[in-house]
Amino acid sequence: MSKLLKAAQAGTVESSDILIRLIPGDAGTGIKVELVSPTMQQYGAHIRNLITKTLVSHGIDDIQVNATDRGALDCTIKARVITALQRAGE
Amino acid sequence: MEKLRRSMMFIPGNNPGMLQNAGIYGADTIILDCEDAVAITEKDSARNLVFQAISEMNYGTEVAVRINHISTPFGWDDLKRILPAKPDLIRLPMAQGPDEIRQIDEFISAAEQKNKFPAGSIKMMAAVETPKGLRLAYEIASASPRMVALAIGAEDFIANLKTTRSKLGRELLAARGQLVLAAREAGIQCIDTVFSDINDEEGFKNEIELIKEMGFDGKSVVNPRQVSVVHDIFAPTAKEIDHAQRVLAAYQEALEKKSGVISLNGKMIDLPIVARAERTLAYAKATAGKGGK
Amino acid sequence: MKNSIGREIPDFIPGLGKVTGFGGAFARKPVGRTAGAALSTCLPRTDKLLASIETAIDAVGLKDGMTISFHHHFRNGDRILNRVVEAIAKKGIRDITLSPSSLNTVNDALIPYIEQGVITAIETSGARGKMGRFLTEGHLKKPLHIRSHGGRAQAIESGAIHIDVAFLGAPACDRYGNINGIQGQSACGSLGYAIQDAAYADQVVAITDNLMPHPLFPISIPQTQVDYIVVVDSIGDPAGIASGALRYTKDPKELLIAKYAADVLDYSGHLQQDFSMQLGSGGASMAVGRFIKAKMLERGITGSFGVGGMTGVFAEMMEEGLFKMMFDVQSFDIPAIDSIKKNSNHLEMSASYYANPHNGGAIVNNLDAVILSATEVDVDFNVNVITDSNGVIMGASGGHSDTAAGAKLTIVVAPLLRGRLPMVKDAVQTVVTPGETVDAIVTERGIAINPKRLDVIDNLKHSGLPIMSIYDLKDIAYGLCGRPEPIEVTDEIVGVVEYRDGTIIDVIRRPIF
Repeated sequence: MSKLLKAAQAGTVESSDILIRLIPGDAGTGIKVELVSPTMQQYGAHIRNLITKTLVSHGIDDIQVNATDRGALDCTIKARVITALQRAGE
Repeated sequence: MEKLRRSMMFIPGNNPGMLQNAGIYGADTIILDCEDAVAITEKDSARNLVFQAISEMNYGTEVAVRINHISTPFGWDDLKRILPAKPDLIRLPMAQGPDEIRQIDEFISAAEQKNKFPAGSIKMMAAVETPKGLRLAYEIASASPRMVALAIGAEDFIANLKTTRSKLGRELLAARGQLVLAAREAGIQCIDTVFSDINDEEGFKNEIELIKEMGFDGKSVVNPRQVSVVHDIFAPTAKEIDHAQRVLAAYQEALEKKSGVISLNGKMIDLPIVARAERTLAYAKATAGKGGK
Repeated sequence: MKNSIGREIPDFIPGLGKVTGFGGAFARKPVGRTAGAALSTCLPRTDKLLASIETAIDAVGLKDGMTISFHHHFRNGDRILNRVVEAIAKKGIRDITLSPSSLNTVNDALIPYIEQGVITAIETSGARGKMGRFLTEGHLKKPLHIRSHGGRAQAIESGAIHIDVAFLGAPACDRYGNINGIQGQSACGSLGYAIQDAAYADQVVAITDNLMPHPLFPISIPQTQVDYIVVVDSIGDPAGIASGALRYTKDPKELLIAKYAADVLDYSGHLQQDFSMQLGSGGASMAVGRFIKAKMLERGITGSFGVGGMTGVFAEMMEEGLFKMMFDVQSFDIPAIDSIKKNSNHLEMSASYYANPHNGGAIVNNLDAVILSATEVDVDFNVNVITDSNGVIMGASGGHSDTAAGAKLTIVVAPLLRGRLPMVKDAVQTVVTPGETVDAIVTERGIAINPKRLDVIDNLKHSGLPIMSIYDLKDIAYGLCGRPEPIEVTDEIVGVVEYRDGTIIDVIRRPIF
């Protein structure tokens, strides 16, 4: 089980990108994803799941994620989440 | 017929929009760039984006990655992160000598083994950008069987020469000539430097004609618009193809007649000319299959 | 009922009544005669000039429930439509049906009048921005009635739309009502969308900022059709009426799509001596024009005519001798306006001549090729140009379905993805142009040819172009973005899309926002 040391972010709000902000969560608070996306209806659920899955696979249990999406594809979302985790000292 | 590398297009590794469209412009090779195109504070972003892009996108072209030099804090991390995605080619900038090629070669071998990739499947190329690098170009080119191409990076090189880039390009004559010699002696390809003035179409075309004449196999490009211009100029002309066909016909005739002399229009044809004709036709065939682009 | 392309259309639509579903692009044959304007008379030397718009509204006897019309030739520089509706509202008149040839973002100012019930129905080509969103939310009393340019002309000429009063912006108007669009500070070029209105409306009010001595020439709308004239300070903002020369895009992805489209035209065999074509006005369409021009010069061929909303790019090709003439229904930029003014082979044409399916044959019927855009396309080659992937009204039907029906080769260009949204889908949100009239879908990652066009498929076999089935193209799109969840919509019909022949090809249901 990994623990985040500090808040961190990765990505931008440029077209086709996603800005991921991570804030460490207290133990037991779980994974909370706040998502803003121009494709909320079409892909909102999918993007949320992807962010959550990526965090879980890195052993994260408690975290707050603020995601501002500008039409990013899955590979970009994964990369930004992983970069943010690395910057948070995971 | 060896892999065509007429155009090698640089894509900034920290730009998701450009990464996803990298494969549509018909470049023979795309180079996902973790080095010059990426700010120091975003080197980590770039290597993660490049890793995911290679893993998930179906580019349909050869995929190369320009890593940071291994003497920087970033180079080894780039390799560690990206090799498991199985890029086709690793491009080392600022190559200074054969040792660094050998070091990277070993690292790649270990990664191939660990990830169960066929041994030797990940290739290498190196760009020389300093006088020392150019002097050791042959050593660099022959330092590893993975090496498939040598390139020259003009901006840094010219700064090192203490001169400036000019329209005629004479400041690069010696360097380009030497690069071609080194690459040919080592039996690998040579790729020319980037032409960054996107709007100077005339200057661009002149430069491509020049390097084609000098024997270069291809050119690095930074903009999709440049790709078809390179391909058009590198394509054999109808006249060249016609001539090549007639040379080969004459060669066939000589073989059938068991004659020791090959002649075309009263002129003697040496074997190197036959080899060149074969190369022209193979090239024409390979490029025709690419939609005439 | 399910219409012939499988769209679910209610038999009875509130605000419209009983409707006929689309039955095929050429299925419906008209019966009856053309409708006509009310007869009138005008004594010799009558002064048609009125003091103000308010006076004109009184003079025409505008009442609750009437239909008024406008043209949209001043685009976002228009200073007439909003002004007239404002004056109507002030007089307490309500329940008006607005029938402009199209709406622009400058008309967002009409929103309060819709909320107040001054305007209860709109019949037009489309709506964008705030107005589009507002109409999608269902605030208009009756569903928005969308028609193509040809469909609007058809409806006016058959009487399906009865215009009580047409308020026509006139860049040049003489004292007895002769009008043209090419003179004056608010010149807009062709008045193609106004010509039907002037001929079929019961009464016509010309509004001008350039009153000229009688008689003026050339004459686009004759004095015999004009009842009243009002002079105002400015009928349009020149900067909004026409931009400087519209240029083609420099975006590499759009250029690639444009190049593919030109190649499809070339290899299909439709790029021959004396061919005819329509280009759109978007940056990508004009880039196609540039590539086609290069091919024409390379092959030494010239074209017969160009059609459509005209831009300087096309005018330039005509002046260089690459086309013999142009038919212009709308002049988009200053070079196009200059051209129609000085070139006798650059002709103004009415929307009816352009695209009406129920006459002796509109010019779209003679088109060899048309390049069109799309908001979405689907595996049946149906095209959406009116709503986005969220079901919000943001575009216009325009001449899309008209040219697609008439042209020998219809090419639709679009990026495969817009952001993360796939543009090639199982089913589009709203159908404007039916797949049977669409021959090729061109994206940056692949080109799909309608399976009906065996000739085109055959000709493109050795082109080296990335030809694939529409299903493969869709799979590439879904492979990149994922399969999109469908938009949730209610049963409430907020828009009706009428095909050019008067049948209903699709409806727009209010999305759950």
